Amino acid sequence: MNYGFVNIYWRDMIRFVRFRTMLFSSLLQPALWLAFFGIAMSSSFDSLMIGVPIPPGAHAVGYLTFMAAGIIAMTTLFTCLFGGMIILFDKNWGLMREILASPMPRDHVIIGIGLSGMTKSFIQAIIIMVFGILIGAGFFVGFSAVQIAIAVLGILVFVAVFALGFLFLSAGIAISMETPEGMQGIMTLLTMPIFFASNALYPLNAFPEFLKVISTYNPMTLLINGIRYFAIGDDFVAMGTHYVYTTNDILLSFGGLVVFALIMYVFACWRFNKAVVT
Amino acid sequence: MAAQPLTEKDAIITVENLEFLYGDFKAVDGISFTVKKGEIFSFLGPNGAGKSTAINVLITLLALQKGKASVAGYDVTKDPQKVRESIGIVFQEITLDRDMTVWESLEFHGKLYSMPHADRRKRIEELLTLVQLENKRDVRTKHLSGGMKRRLEIARGLMTRPKVLFLDEPTIGLDPQTRMRMWDYIKDVNKEGTTIFLTTHYMDEADQLSDQISIIDNGKIIISGTSWELKNTLGQDIIYLETSDNDAAIQLIRNLSSVKDITSKTRGFLISVNEDGTKVLPMIMECLHNAEISIDTVNLKKPSMDDVFVYYTGKEIRDEPIGKSAFISLRPGGH
Repeated sequence: MNYGFVNIYWRDMIRFVRFRTMLFSSLLQPALWLAFFGIAMSSSFDSLMIGVPIPPGAHAVGYLTFMAAGIIAMTTLFTCLFGGMIILFDKNWGLMREILASPMPRDHVIIGIGLSGMTKSFIQAIIIMVFGILIGAGFFVGFSAVQIAIAVLGILVFVAVFALGFLFLSAGIAISMETPEGMQGIMTLLTMPIFFASNALYPLNAFPEFLKVISTYNPMTLLINGIRYFAIGDDFVAMGTHYVYTTNDILLSFGGLVVFALIMYVFACWRFNKAVVT
Repeated sequence: MAAQPLTEKDAIITVENLEFLYGDFKAVDGISFTVKKGEIFSFLGPNGAGKSTAINVLITLLALQKGKASVAGYDVTKDPQKVRESIGIVFQEITLDRDMTVWESLEFHGKLYSMPHADRRKRIEELLTLVQLENKRDVRTKHLSGGMKRRLEIARGLMTRPKVLFLDEPTIGLDPQTRMRMWDYIKDVNKEGTTIFLTTHYMDEADQLSDQISIIDNGKIIISGTSWELKNTLGQDIIYLETSDNDAAIQLIRNLSSVKDITSKTRGFLISVNEDGTKVLPMIMECLHNAEISIDTVNLKKPSMDDVFVYYTGKEIRDEPIGKSAFISLRPGGH
């Protein structure tokens, strides 16, 4: 058994910890989103929602609670889409030659980068949850300690699979690219539709039909379903929309993410086996 | 079958009719050669001759297109994994993570090759001592000088005790002193049993280091042999003389049958001869003595690798004229 991926993971985490500015900005950025966008939007949206009837059994949640789940997903998306950038740098100026000429199987690079990006996403997700609760997001309201532990675990499992999927995608693109500028361009291009065609900031039900279909199967939406289910509950009202999640819905969302991550893994392996770095 | 060496016992690299094309451009054009176990083998050629392409095929970074190649007994196409386990590489460009420390770079490498923990730690200490970087252990590689980076890369290439160490232009961009020290390291490593495959465009490097040299140009091997053999194939010597009357001496010597060419220099002149200089020189001296021209200085030398290269490729490898360096090396006491 080759543990090469542990080595790749170790090295990527060294860099993560060593670059203090990168570390702090990546941790601060989601908190800022939550603080500025979250607080600003929630005060205007919540005032609009006053008087909207709430169905029996459901509980109403404020906009901050609603969008905090979206911010966890957004941060994970951004971090992971750029998580493969190190591969491009290594390819152009660093270690990729050494790595590819070594006996370590190439898929270990993909797995190692996936795991380190996942770790970073965990740290970010936890920070957002803690900070979100501090500024008033209604996560885990009325949960017992055990329930909170299960809920956090559930969120992290969802974040993990989603993160791996996008890290594999990012790694596959990075090994195929020549310049960081090109990579930046592609990533920006991908971020927009994935982020906005999702239920991160608003409900999907008012979308035009085709956009609704896309958004429903968007991995971003699948992740956010999971986070809301675990953090808020299976029956709540937000932004005038009644959300009911059955266990089946959540399993389907999770299954969708697993399929997405597997496809991305195959894509990354394919790109790596094609890669020629001299 | 994979575990069985494909080649005879004493050959560690065999290449047959290797060809490599980038699109229409033939970078490597049907080369064949053998490297014996334990020797230092050089590919000598100008930039763009196809040296790096050939090395990249041998270290499995480029897929073999045409021909056959095996390293350490393993076919590069059928058994790339085994080849990778048998070799160490020092790349032409610096291949270090600027933000990792010296120790981390070696540790990372050892783990890439699945070296057991204890072996890895022990080897790192040995190698840091060998390349004199013990006190740079925790320094990030971006703070190292060019020579130190190179030494670190050589140490890294040796982490796994490879059967063959590939060095692609190992001393490019280094100052003369550092280069000489680097050669010493390479020789030491070779003495411990590692076969060295080296590419270089420095004549003196190939000359000083190698047991075998192949001159490569335009993707083809032009001639192979030991440094001595290569120089000897020219069958020519160069004689430098300073006399009491250079002009008269030149007139006299020009008529000798074995003299090919005479070039005037500031204080003397250079004679290149078609025959063995050790035999021609006494004739010349006798001839001058008879004409009552006295000789102040005499120097006889074999053609250098530069001369060999120019002879076989028809071009100079460096920008500076060969004549100049030949003259300098022929100055009395200058050899």
